[in-house]
Amino acid sequence: MEQIRNEKELQARFEKCGACLQKKFHCEPGHKAIVVCGGTGCLSADSQVIIDKFQELIKANGLEDKVTANIVGCFGFCSQGPFVKVFPEETLYVKVKVGDVEELFEKDIKNNEVVERLLFVDPQTKQHVQKQHDINFYKLQRRDIALHGNGEINPEDIDEAIGNGAFQGLNRALHMTREEVIDEVLKSGLRGRGGAGFPTGRKWSFVPKTDEPKYMICNGDEGDPGAFMDRSIIEGNPCAVIEGMMIAGYAIGAQNGYFYVRAEYPIAVKRLAKAIKELEEVGILGDHVLGTDFSFRCHIRLGAGAFVCGEETALINSIEGKRGMPRPRPPFPAVKGLWGHPSVVNNVETLACVPFILREGWEKFAAIGTADTKGTKVFALGGKVNNVGLVEVPMGTTLRQLIYDIGGGIPGGKKFKAIQTGGPSGGCLTEKDLDTPIDFGSLVAAGSMMGSGGAIVMDEDNCMVDVAKFYMTFICDESCGKCSPCRIGTKRCLDILTKICDGKGEPKDLDDLKELSNVIRNNSLCALGQTATNPILSTMKAFPEEYQAHVVDHKCPAHVCKNMMEYYIQPNKCIGCGLCMRNCPVGAISPSTEPAHLPNGNVNPGKFAHVIDPKKCVKCGSCLSGCRIGAIIKK
Amino acid sequence: MAKLQPQAVKQITEIVERYKDEPTPTMMILEDIQKEYGYIPLEVQELVSELTGVPVSDIYGVVTFYSFFSMVPKGKYVIGVCLGTACYVKGSQLVCDKFGELLGIKPGETTPDGLFTLDLLRCIGACAVAPAVSINGKVYPQVKVDNVKNIIEEYRAREAN
Ligand SMILES: Cc1cc2nc3c(=O)[nH]c(=O)nc-3n(C[C@H](O)[C@H](O)[C@H](O)COP(=O)(O)O)c2cc1C
Ligand code: SF4
Ligand code: SF4
Ligand code: SF4
Ligand code: FES
Ligand code: FES
Repeated sequence: MEQIRNEKELQARFEKCGACLQKKFHCEPGHKAIVVCGGTGCLSADSQVIIDKFQELIKANGLEDKVTANIVGCFGFCSQGPFVKVFPEETLYVKVKVGDVEELFEKDIKNNEVVERLLFVDPQTKQHVQKQHDINFYKLQRRDIALHGNGEINPEDIDEAIGNGAFQGLNRALHMTREEVIDEVLKSGLRGRGGAGFPTGRKWSFVPKTDEPKYMICNGDEGDPGAFMDRSIIEGNPCAVIEGMMIAGYAIGAQNGYFYVRAEYPIAVKRLAKAIKELEEVGILGDHVLGTDFSFRCHIRLGAGAFVCGEETALINSIEGKRGMPRPRPPFPAVKGLWGHPSVVNNVETLACVPFILREGWEKFAAIGTADTKGTKVFALGGKVNNVGLVEVPMGTTLRQLIYDIGGGIPGGKKFKAIQTGGPSGGCLTEKDLDTPIDFGSLVAAGSMMGSGGAIVMDEDNCMVDVAKFYMTFICDESCGKCSPCRIGTKRCLDILTKICDGKGEPKDLDDLKELSNVIRNNSLCALGQTATNPILSTMKAFPEEYQAHVVDHKCPAHVCKNMMEYYIQPNKCIGCGLCMRNCPVGAISPSTEPAHLPNGNVNPGKFAHVIDPKKCVKCGSCLSGCRIGAIIKK
Repeated sequence: MAKLQPQAVKQITEIVERYKDEPTPTMMILEDIQKEYGYIPLEVQELVSELTGVPVSDIYGVVTFYSFFSMVPKGKYVIGVCLGTACYVKGSQLVCDKFGELLGIKPGETTPDGLFTLDLLRCIGACAVAPAVSINGKVYPQVKVDNVKNIIEEYRAREAN
């Protein structure tokens, strides 16, 4: 591979590869470039087979010098995947199946004919939309900072990253002093995206200017169960995170960087490892980076399935081959971290923002966002929202815009109930908070927190007590057990919540929960324990009547808690088809003696309305999901 | 205690050898053993201790701390049902219960024929296609309670052939 040993060679490569990319995206007549989403959502819907098939067709048609096909990172609009995008027209095809590839190739690639039926259909206007940027989901987003290159460049080709501007920020940083780099990041206003929002430049400045070894650590543990921002960033553009880490390494005087990535993310690990290897081969990583005195090497360590390892001191213990238990702070890692040496831990998204700041200048970054928080934030928008996926929005975007304009609202005409941010440490926000602008301060003031970017929308069918129980189950599983308020207290909370959800709650339980929560919050060693009861406290505060209904009336208004709900067949709706009876695993359904009626009101001859025996029913839900006319309800 | 087969000793030694230049390689060694040997029983932990000089009590502490490590062999097919938030609010608990019911095992257990292990996962990055189930790395999108039986049968049929 051609070497990149100094600034001149980098710029030559940038120009050459940049031209290649330009050619690819704005190719000459007769030429086409196909990109296919290789994110997890799309891969689970066979996007790998789709790309293989395109490549096969290119070969079979002898079009190798005119048509290219490659994989790119997640487009973000995962619920519409798999995506196929065709350049130069930038036509975006959604929900493409393997069976569609031949038609696409025949019509679009060979004959320049847009295949209308595979275009996105705007749910409001019912119009086909041909181009990505005309789809509402993308209109309020700006995907050029943390998600730079995602959905555009081939994450397995460092030349495409370089052509797209990778290492330009590093190059500029290497012309500055360390202090100037830190100052640039300070002025940009960048705050840590891992959850706490600590100013990144400040954190870097705490590292002492001694001669001992120092370490950069990238936190890719992504523990929030329901979030996949960091994974997508690594999978979509690994070079961006590596560049961010190198700039940080230069600023703090480190020569080695460790990526700590969850073992559950094999594709991210594979792409990261490939990028590191190739950057070492061309000489961007290693001794004398770009011909300077700065030397830097990257290493990958895998997590092994412990949420608490996302906490920075536990993470350091884990790299050191120990149990991932948090250490008391101080001393902070910046002074005494990995192997006892000064270390900075930064989140993946934080590091992915750094190249932009150095490449474009701090002013451009600081121009985005609110007074409290600059730049953008990536959210994994999920749950009961139409457009599930990965979004990057400028700070200051409101929750309403996030859920309705970008997210497309709640599916099935259901009512919005809450949005949960901050994962197991966060809280729920409701209707009245929807105009809150997204930034660190405003979300805390509203009663939740930014967290790392999980944003789960819930509708009227979700029970908030059950949600609190869900998070508590998670926390109990994941508490490392080092201190008793967290270990025992969270277990007690879970017992109480379980009792409430089982229909055996009493009003006193709510007082006990509050008291326990305060004890756990004030006496735990690390933030896992200190924030563990936030989901309980915030749901209790936002939905007092729902808790009351559980403990006083022993009713679950959302019909989720199994002991407080029943499946019921509406006799006037049931047509007596008997499907549910055949599907019921425990034989709880039988025909009654009442004649069944057709939807038009006439008697369905020889058929009888069915009934459920609540004593036998195990509440599996099969009957409800199976009944084609919707005669079965929960009550 | 059961003695390790020479074959196994060779395999473990090779894995330890891979990381001889790393400062604190315990996690890396155990991860590779879990992946390549399938599980990390006590006799393997003792061998690792012998080869690396890390006390066996430390190794045991690490193996039991992280959920990725297992001291018993896993089934041929590891069924991971995602119970991350996005999947949970879309009903993955019911999917998990159904797998448990049809396989006759609880999460974390393996069927007596050694074919299936049922594991709980916390977000595998497929939230957009929740509820998600991953079987030996292959992700099944939007799994409904009614699909569970078919999925299991798909693997049973594969075995029968
Ligand atoms: C229980 C717990 C879990 C955490 N999990 C993560 C995580 O998965 N990813 C992350 O970047 N930070 C996580 N953090 C925060 C880290 O401790 C640390 O603050 C962060 O990585 C610093 O990076 P930043 O300044 O760039 O945000 C977690 C903290 C706690 C207490
Ligand atoms: S608060 Fe919980 S997770 Fe944190 S150190 Fe204590 S027991 Fe461990
Ligand atoms: S409840 Fe639905 S599925 Fe059951 S018999 Fe009536 S119409 Fe058929
Ligand atoms: S919920 Fe399940 S057990 Fe109960 S009646 Fe319906 S199918 Fe039968
Ligand atoms: S995985 Fe394809 S769009 Fe997200
Ligand atoms: S919560 Fe299940 S894949 Fe994310």
